[in-house]
Amino acid sequence: MSLPRAVPVARLSWLARSRALWVLCGWLLAWEALVRLADIPHYTLPAPSLVLQTLFANFGSLAISWGFTLKITFGALALAIGGGVLIAAVFALSPRVESVFLPLAVVLQVTPIVAIAPLLLIYVESTTAALLLCAWIVAFFPILSNTVMGLRAADPLLRDLFRLYRATPWQRLRLLLMPSALPYFMAGVQVSGGLSLIGAVTAEMVAGAAGRESGLASRILEASFRTETPKMFAALLLLVLTGLAIYSASNALSQVLLARWHASEARHFPA
Amino acid sequence: MTAGSSCNSSFGRARSPALTALTTLNPAGGSPPLIELSGVGKRYPRGTVALQNVSLSVGASEFISLVGPSGCGKSTVLRLIAGLDLSSEGQLQSPALLAAGPAAATAFVFQDPTLMPWASVFDNVWLPLRLAGSSHAAAAPAVRRVLNAVGLGDFATAFPAELSGGMRMRASIARALITQPRVLLMDEPFAALDEFTRQRLNGDLLQWWLAAGLAVLFVTHSVQEAVFLSQRVLVMSARPGRITAELHIAEPQPRTPAFRTTACYLEACREVSLALEAAHTDPAFAP
Repeated sequence: MSLPRAVPVARLSWLARSRALWVLCGWLLAWEALVRLADIPHYTLPAPSLVLQTLFANFGSLAISWGFTLKITFGALALAIGGGVLIAAVFALSPRVESVFLPLAVVLQVTPIVAIAPLLLIYVESTTAALLLCAWIVAFFPILSNTVMGLRAADPLLRDLFRLYRATPWQRLRLLLMPSALPYFMAGVQVSGGLSLIGAVTAEMVAGAAGRESGLASRILEASFRTETPKMFAALLLLVLTGLAIYSASNALSQVLLARWHASEARHFPA
Repeated sequence: MTAGSSCNSSFGRARSPALTALTTLNPAGGSPPLIELSGVGKRYPRGTVALQNVSLSVGASEFISLVGPSGCGKSTVLRLIAGLDLSSEGQLQSPALLAAGPAAATAFVFQDPTLMPWASVFDNVWLPLRLAGSSHAAAAPAVRRVLNAVGLGDFATAFPAELSGGMRMRASIARALITQPRVLLMDEPFAALDEFTRQRLNGDLLQWWLAAGLAVLFVTHSVQEAVFLSQRVLVMSARPGRITAELHIAEPQPRTPAFRTTACYLEACREVSLALEAAHTDPAFAP
C-alpha cells in the first residue's frame, strides 16, 4: 500500500539527541576556555558564563521584549495556519480561483522579506500590525502549498470508494481529504514555525522600532550601537531557545497525530 | 459451438456476432439477471477503444470470472457496472438491483486494499454505513459480525499498517460485505498476494460468497484462480477489449483445495489457456 510521504524532516533519535546535547556542552566549555585562556575582551567575544550572567541581570527588560517577539511569532504562525488552510481549501475546491491567486502567492513567497518590509511599514499604520504581516507572508506559504498538495494527494481509489457510497462533499472533506492532507500540513507547520520566528525578527530589524512595543531584534540592535556584546548574545540565546522550542513542539505534535499510521512518523512498520 | 468434456465443463468459442446468443444461455435458471450488459462499448475521447460489443449477464448468486491479458478492459467492465465510468455504446441494465436500492446494490473490492491508513480496521469497515448516516454505536454489531466472519475479530482496533497484506484484503472485503450487497465486483483483489495467501483467500471467498448469497463478478489475470472460483469463466482479449469465449465449470460449490488436483480442474485450465491464446492469434478476432 502506498502511503503519502511528506517532505522528510531530519529527526534525531533520543540517544542521538542526548549525544548532541553533550557535544553542545563540549563546545560551550571550549568556548569558555578559549575566552579565558586567550583573554579575549568581553566586547569582542563574551564567555558563555558572562552571557548567562547578563541574561539573568537583564531578564526583566529582555523578558518584555521576548514576550513581544513571541507575540509576533505565534500570531503570525496562527494566522499562517488559519489562512494557509483556508486558502488551500478554496484552491482545492476551485482551480479557477487558484489560477488567479497562486501567482500572487508565489511572487510574495520569492520576494525577500527584508526588501518588502519597509514598504509594508509605510502602508500599514500600526508597527505591530506591519510586523505581523511581514512574519505572516514568510510563514504562510509552506502551509498553503503543502496543504494544497495534501488535499490533492488523496488516494484515487479511496475517492472512487467515496463516490460509490455517495458521500456528501462534507463527508468527503472531513473523512477523506483532511486526513489525507494531514501529514503534508504538519510538514508545512514544521517549516512555517521556524519561518515565522525568522520573519518576526527580520521585520523588526528593518522597522528598528524602539520603546515598549519592540522585541528582541530591537534589543540586539540597541546593544550593538552601545557595543554591549554580552547583551546581544543574551538576546540571541533567547531567540535560539525559542526556535528550538517551536521545532520540538511541532515535531512532537506531528508524532502524536501521525504515529500510528504514517510512514514519516512510524518507528516500526512491518516490512 | 459448445463442447462438453469429461468433467461437465462446457466450453464455447464466441465469434463476435454469435456472442449475444451464447451469453443469453444464462445458467442462473429462471430468475431475471441482476445485471445485463448488451453490446456495451467504451471509447475514450482520444479514440482508443477500451471495450467493444461486450454482452454479459450476471444472475443472482452466480460466481463469474473475467480473465484476460492486462489492458483488455476487464477492470473497465467492473467500473461501468459500478457507475464509476460511463459507457459510450450499448445498454447496461440492472432492474433487479435498482429495486433493492442503489446504494446497497453493489460493492467494489479494488486490487489495492484501499483502506484509510489513518483509521482503525473497525472504522474502515464502518465507513460505508457511516456515509449512509449510521452512528458508531448503531453500526457496531454489524461491523463486529462481518469482522468475525472474515477472521479479523481480534483486529478491530488495529491500523492497516499493522496488518499483513492478506489481512488488509480481508478488511477490504469485510468493508464491501457490510452493506449486504447483491453483487460484489472484485478487481484482481488477490493479485498482489503470495500464492499461499491467495489460495487461502480463494477458499474463504467461496465460503463468504455462499453465506452471503450474493453474485460475484471477479476480474483476474490468473487462469487457475478463475477456474478454481467460478461457475462461469469469460475470456477477454485486448485492443479492443471484448469477450471471446465462455466456459462453464459444473464442479459443485464450495470447492476445496482438493479440486486443484483433479483432472477436471486441469482440463478447464487448459481450455481457458487455449481460449486466451486463440484470442491472440485467431484472425476472426482481429479488430
